[in-house]
Formats: sequence, structure tokens, C-alpha cells
Amino acid sequence: MVETSPPHVAKPGAEDAARINIVGLSKRYLTPKGEVFTAIHDVTLTVEPGQFCAIVGPTGCGKSTTLAQVSGLEQPSSGSVSVGNHIVDGITNGVSYMFQADALFPWKSVLGNVMIGPLLLGTPKVEATRLAKDWLRRVGLAGFEDRFPHQLSGGMRKRVAMAAALINNPRILLMDEPFGALDVQTKAIMQTELLQLWEELRPSVLFITHDLDEAVALSDRVVIMTSSPGSVKDIFDIDLPRPRGDVQHIRHEQRFLELQGQIWESLKDEVTRAYERSAAVAA
Amino acid sequence: MTAAALRRTVTQAPATNLQLAAHRARVRRTVWIWLGQFFVALFVIGGWQWFTAAGWVDKFFFGQPTGIWNSLVHLFTVGTAFGSIWENLWVTVQEALLGFLLGTGAGVVAGILLGSNRYLASVFGPYIKIVNSVPRIVLGSIFIVAFGLGVFPKVLLAAVLVFFVVFFNAFQGVREVDQNLVANVRVLGASPLQVARHVTIPSAMTWIIASLHTAFGFAIIGALVAEVLGATHGIGLIISQAQGNFDPDTVFACMVITSVFTLLAEYLITLLERSILRWRPPNRSESQAI
Ligand SMILES: Nc1ncnc2c1ncn2[C@@H]1O[C@H](COP(=O)(O)OP(=O)(O)OP(=O)(O)O)[C@@H](O)[C@H]1O
Ligand SMILES: [Mg+2]
Repeated sequence: MVETSPPHVAKPGAEDAARINIVGLSKRYLTPKGEVFTAIHDVTLTVEPGQFCAIVGPTGCGKSTTLAQVSGLEQPSSGSVSVGNHIVDGITNGVSYMFQADALFPWKSVLGNVMIGPLLLGTPKVEATRLAKDWLRRVGLAGFEDRFPHQLSGGMRKRVAMAAALINNPRILLMDEPFGALDVQTKAIMQTELLQLWEELRPSVLFITHDLDEAVALSDRVVIMTSSPGSVKDIFDIDLPRPRGDVQHIRHEQRFLELQGQIWESLKDEVTRAYERSAAVAA
Repeated sequence: MTAAALRRTVTQAPATNLQLAAHRARVRRTVWIWLGQFFVALFVIGGWQWFTAAGWVDKFFFGQPTGIWNSLVHLFTVGTAFGSIWENLWVTVQEALLGFLLGTGAGVVAGILLGSNRYLASVFGPYIKIVNSVPRIVLGSIFIVAFGLGVFPKVLLAAVLVFFVVFFNAFQGVREVDQNLVANVRVLGASPLQVARHVTIPSAMTWIIASLHTAFGFAIIGALVAEVLGATHGIGLIISQAQGNFDPDTVFACMVITSVFTLLAEYLITLLERSILRWRPPNRSESQAI
């Protein structure tokens, strides 16, 4: 009854429902002192249905803020986000979000953490359990159903979060530095796994990362943001062929290195500027 | 022997030897603790007995351990002027338990409501602070006058005392909820009620359960004080009767009886805590709990 596999039953217009359109998006916060702080300024960006789009930018430039506006958790100060053809003004269904911070429920078992998504959609418990077990198997955690999050390693927790994000078969997947805190080997394995799952389900992905290798290896498009207040500086289309297979191998290809170099050139100034600014504040 | 050589001999010792040594050290520690505890009891009770027997402290005012023991025996074999001790204990236990349940329920509901609703918190906040600062125990007199000598006013006083302890903890617990988790469950499409069920309540549970230990003590105090103020049955009545008869031994005996009951309840609350908070990583509070 819940469509899992085959993932995308071709409905007319189902394609468009996964388009993310960000137009002139700005977000201002009130600081505790009562001053207005502009986190992002005039961000315009389109993610085509089924596209894998990475966002890179210096720390504090407003990447997480952008994602929060897309998810509907926050309201933009000006500009708009639309998903499909609807303006986002509140939680949109069909959107999954992997947060920058660990967001597993510590009081729920691994199984409980994964099955909460379908349960909240009204799936009967038996069905939700079956689905969750299937997803845990897919991310390589069969046999860990009854553990609590504190009994897992950091990498395992990320797998649980990934299963929990994908189980509802989202049309849009928002990922905020999902593999940021992992060691290099685990990271490579998880990236390959993510690519496989993404190729099966084909959601549109907005993927924040600081790791340029990761951005180039996974995405169709890399967006560079300027230092704070963030706006879009450059957009690179990554024309590496798909399926990309093992991300470990792709890193050595000539085209990969070229693209990576270009992106770094573009990002370097911004990172330096952000660093100088924070150093100036500290002085 | 150099330190390095010493380290080598230690690491070379077979694992079984190490385990045996650790076991022996643990047993020795436990025995020492028991001995220490025994001597503390001996010192306090023996000293008390000695001082009163020697006449340095007047047992007419301060009782005497052997006298307390005799009154305990008397209470359980002969009974009291108001029926058997069991009957009276049951009345007090009933009042304390009902008050505890009522106060906890109201405290949890109010705490969660006010904790998750800024508007309600701002409206009721000052009033709760005011009510919290009045000496609530005095309400006992009003309850007795209003509702008579039966069980109900005692339950009410116990509940009022329990309410505030649980309320403040539940309120704080809700305030401490990880906003990331709330965001996570909201993105998954949870309604406000579902947010409460899946995140707010489980998260506040740590705080609420921690408050139950203190709250139960307050329930007993509420029931006893209300009984002292006016009752037809109950441990509090026996206490006030004994006070009238200048019989400190019976007062102490009643204290012993209530303490045993409180310890029992405390134990049950600990069991509840273990089963509800199973998900928590084992930490200092459990491994080194007193
Ligand atoms: N609720 C808020 N109130 C005030 N300022 C905020 C708030 N949320 C974010 N900011 C500010 O907005 C800016 C952008 O924050 P954001 O979290 O989007 O950065 P980021 O690009 O995700 O950084 P990082 O790469 O380090 O995660 C920061 O300077 C931050 O201090
Ligand atoms: Mg961020």
C-alpha cells in the first residue's frame, strides 16, 4: 500500500513535483542584541527533478539556513521557495531531511527510529515494521534492530539516519553534511551506498558538504556560495558519466581532477574572505 | 625493581590471576563498607541508648531505642486506640498513594502544557511562582475544615505538595528538549500531539522520573501532616495521640514504620525508572547511585 519499489511509478506530472525552485531567497535573523543579521541574501537556484545538487561554501555562509527554508521549518524573510509548483509555507510532504547534528531519537530503538516515518504517515504498524526491517537490511544494519542509538558507532548512526530519511521514498532529499564527522574509509563506503540508493529512488537531492571531492563525485551540479551573507557565486555542472559506481575510483579520473580544481579556485577566495573576516572580528 | 620491569611482570601475569585479584579486592571493599555501615548504626543507636540510660539525655523527651522497640512490638501485637496498626497504616498509605498519583498526573500534564506553550507559560508563570511561595502545608487546615476528617482532604494536601515538585521538573524537562529532534519529527509530518508523544514526553521523562523520588516523600509528609491536623484513622493520628500522652517512643516507632514503607516505594520507583529509561546509556547516576 505504501509505494516503495518500484519507486517512481510514472504519473503524469510526477516529474515536476520534485523540482526545487529557489527565487531571490533571503533570510534575516534578529541577534540577541536586537540587531538584524542577514544570513543569506538573494539566493536563486533550481534543482531539476531527480538531480543531485551539492552546495559548498565557507562555514557560516548560510547553507543550513537555505535548507531550513526549503524544508519549510522556517519562513523566508523575502523571496520564495517552491517545490513542485507549490510555494513552500510550512512542512511539505515528500521531503526528507538529514540534519547536520545527530537527530536520532535516543529513546527509540534502531527499528523504532527508522519506522517512525511511515508510522507518522499512517502506515499500519506491521507494515511499517516490515518496511523498516527491509531498509535496515539495505543499509547493512540487519540484526541491529533492537539496539539503542547510544550503542551504535557514529557510522552506524548515520546509516540509521539514512534509512530513516529514505524509507518514505521522498521526492526531495535534503542532506546537511551527512558524512561530515566520519572517517575517510567509512565515508567512501557510505557515499557509494548513497549513490546506489539514490539511483534506485531518484529523489532530487540538495547536499551540503565541505568536501569538494565528495561534492564532485556525487553530484550533477555543484553550487558555490559566497561568504556571509551567502548568495550563489558559481554553478558548475558535473558531466561525469553515470552510474558513477565506486566513488573511490572516480577520484583519479582526469575530468574529475579538472572540475575539482575549477571549483576550488572559485571557492578559495570566499573561504579566505570568511576567514579574514572572523579573524578581524576576533582582533 | 625498575618501573619498566615491574610493568612487565604485571602484564605477564596470567589474565585469570588478574581477575582473581580484582574479585578479591571487590569482596574486601564490600566487607569494609558493611563493617563501616554497621559501626555507624552501632554508634548512633548505641550512643542514644547509652546517653538516655545514663541520664545525660532525658528519655522522657527524646525516647530511647529499647523503648521504641517496645512500642513497635506493642503497636503490632496489641494495636492502637483506633484499631490495629495495619488498618491505620493502610489508611495513610492509601492517602499518600492517591495523593501521589493525583499530584503527579496533574503536575505532568500542567508541566508539559506550560512547557510547550509560551503563551500559557507567560500567563500562568507568575501565579505559579506566587502559589509556590506560600507555605502550602497550611492549606491542610483549610482542607480539613472544608472536607472533614475523612481521607479526601489528606489526599488533596499530599497531591498539592507533590504537584509542584513534579510540575517544575516536567516544565524544565520540556524546555530542555533537543530542538533538532523536534525539527526532525516535524519534517516527517508529525502533528503537535505526535510531537509531544514521540519527542517531548519521552525526553521530559528523564526529568519527571527523577522528581518522583522527592515527590513521594512529599506525598507521605502531606498525608501525615493532614492526619495530625485532624483524622479518625492513620499513622498521623497515632503520632498526635502519642504527642498528647508525652510518649516519644511511639512517635519514633511511627517514624520507623513510615520510613520502611517509603523505602519500599522508593525501590518500586527505582524499578520503574530502570524500565522506562532503559534507553539511556549507563552513567554515573546509576553505577554509583546511593
Ligand atoms: N536562529 C538563528 N538566529 C540568529 N542567527 C542565526 C540563526 N541561525 C543561523 N544563524 C546565523 O546565520 C549564519 C548562517 O548559519 P548556517 O547555519 O546556515 O551556516 P552554514 O553555512 O550551515 O555553516 P556550517 O558550514 O558551519 O554548518 C551564521 O552566521 C549563523 O550564526
Ligand atoms: Mg550548517
